[in-house]
Amino acid sequence: MTQPSMKIDIQRYRPEMDEKPFMQTFEVPYKADMSVLEALQYIKDHLDSTISFRWSCRMAICGSCGLMVDGVPKLGCKAFLRDYYPQTLTLKPLANFPIERDLVAVMDDFIKKLEEIKPYIIPAKTASNEKKCLSDGAYKQTPEQMEKYKKYSMCINCGLCYSACPQYALDKKFTGPAALALLARYNRDSRDAGKAERMKIVNQEEGVWGCTFVGYCSVVCPKGVDPAGAIQLLKVESSKDYLIGMFKPEQ
Amino acid sequence: MSEMNKKTYVRSHEPIFWGLFGAGGMLTAFLTPVMILITGLLIPLGIIDQGNFNYQTLHGFATTWYGAGIILVLIALPLWHTLHRIFHALHDLGVKRGRDLQQVLSYGFAFAVTVFVFTLLLQMS
Repeated sequence: MTQPSMKIDIQRYRPEMDEKPFMQTFEVPYKADMSVLEALQYIKDHLDSTISFRWSCRMAICGSCGLMVDGVPKLGCKAFLRDYYPQTLTLKPLANFPIERDLVAVMDDFIKKLEEIKPYIIPAKTASNEKKCLSDGAYKQTPEQMEKYKKYSMCINCGLCYSACPQYALDKKFTGPAALALLARYNRDSRDAGKAERMKIVNQEEGVWGCTFVGYCSVVCPKGVDPAGAIQLLKVESSKDYLIGMFKPEQ
Repeated sequence: MSEMNKKTYVRSHEPIFWGLFGAGGMLTAFLTPVMILITGLLIPLGIIDQGNFNYQTLHGFATTWYGAGIILVLIALPLWHTLHRIFHALHDLGVKRGRDLQQVLSYGFAFAVTVFVFTLLLQMS
């Protein structure tokens, strides 16, 4: 019995020698349990060692291997050849980002936005204007308080939602799904006191108001974060903030 | 960090239009099918007596303060919803020229019709 095989079209781009990206076809042995990432590793090991792609954990935790699988943003480790066999599979780097090389996208813009939303707990200042000391004990939280933000804390920063977002495609100034979902995650955390600082980002045109609730970000999210839902909740928060701001300017 | 601290944040006025958009969307989704059912099916089929919807009855309804209020809300909010959607659809379609003018025309139209209906209802009573 001969081993069945499958054709994979891969978009190549080597900036030092290619004027523009081009497609290259590879044929890999097909196995039902083979992931797209494994297929890429097979190609690199056996067919063409010059091909570049990002990967690390192989189990949808690191968020490195995002790419366009037949035009849909997916994690290479979480997409399987069996769902496309026997058709030819097309792989391209994540949409809406510049290409660094082959399937590697430049994620700098996303990382910059992630840093801007202060994705860490900003503790409340105590009466003496000092941060709570470790010896003062832990920050306690009820299961209900945790439930308010837990879903939004599952983000692995893979960037699939940015590739899915038509508003980010139109305007790179838009803060975007993952950064806003993480902003919601910290604003909704009972241990955090940085809400006022972050609402300034939310209230802008390029904050939540750049979103038109297309919802594709939540469809492609490999961790079920639902950025679109988080942004809608932030729109409500921003509207409240707007009303308060009318009576209390420069708060 | 210094670069970040210098950044000025400009608050968007979108909450006003988003609020009207949301309210209009809710009304359109819930009440329009009911109105179509009544005027398009139940009355023509004779299930609801046509007499309840003659000119005098409706004029009487429109001249009460609550009737006028209901009519104004039913016309104005879905209109704000529609024009907000059209304004954003123009951006989605990549019509980049004259965003300010597009905004004035979209929301201006919704505002003008709202004022028109309001005055009309005020005159009737």
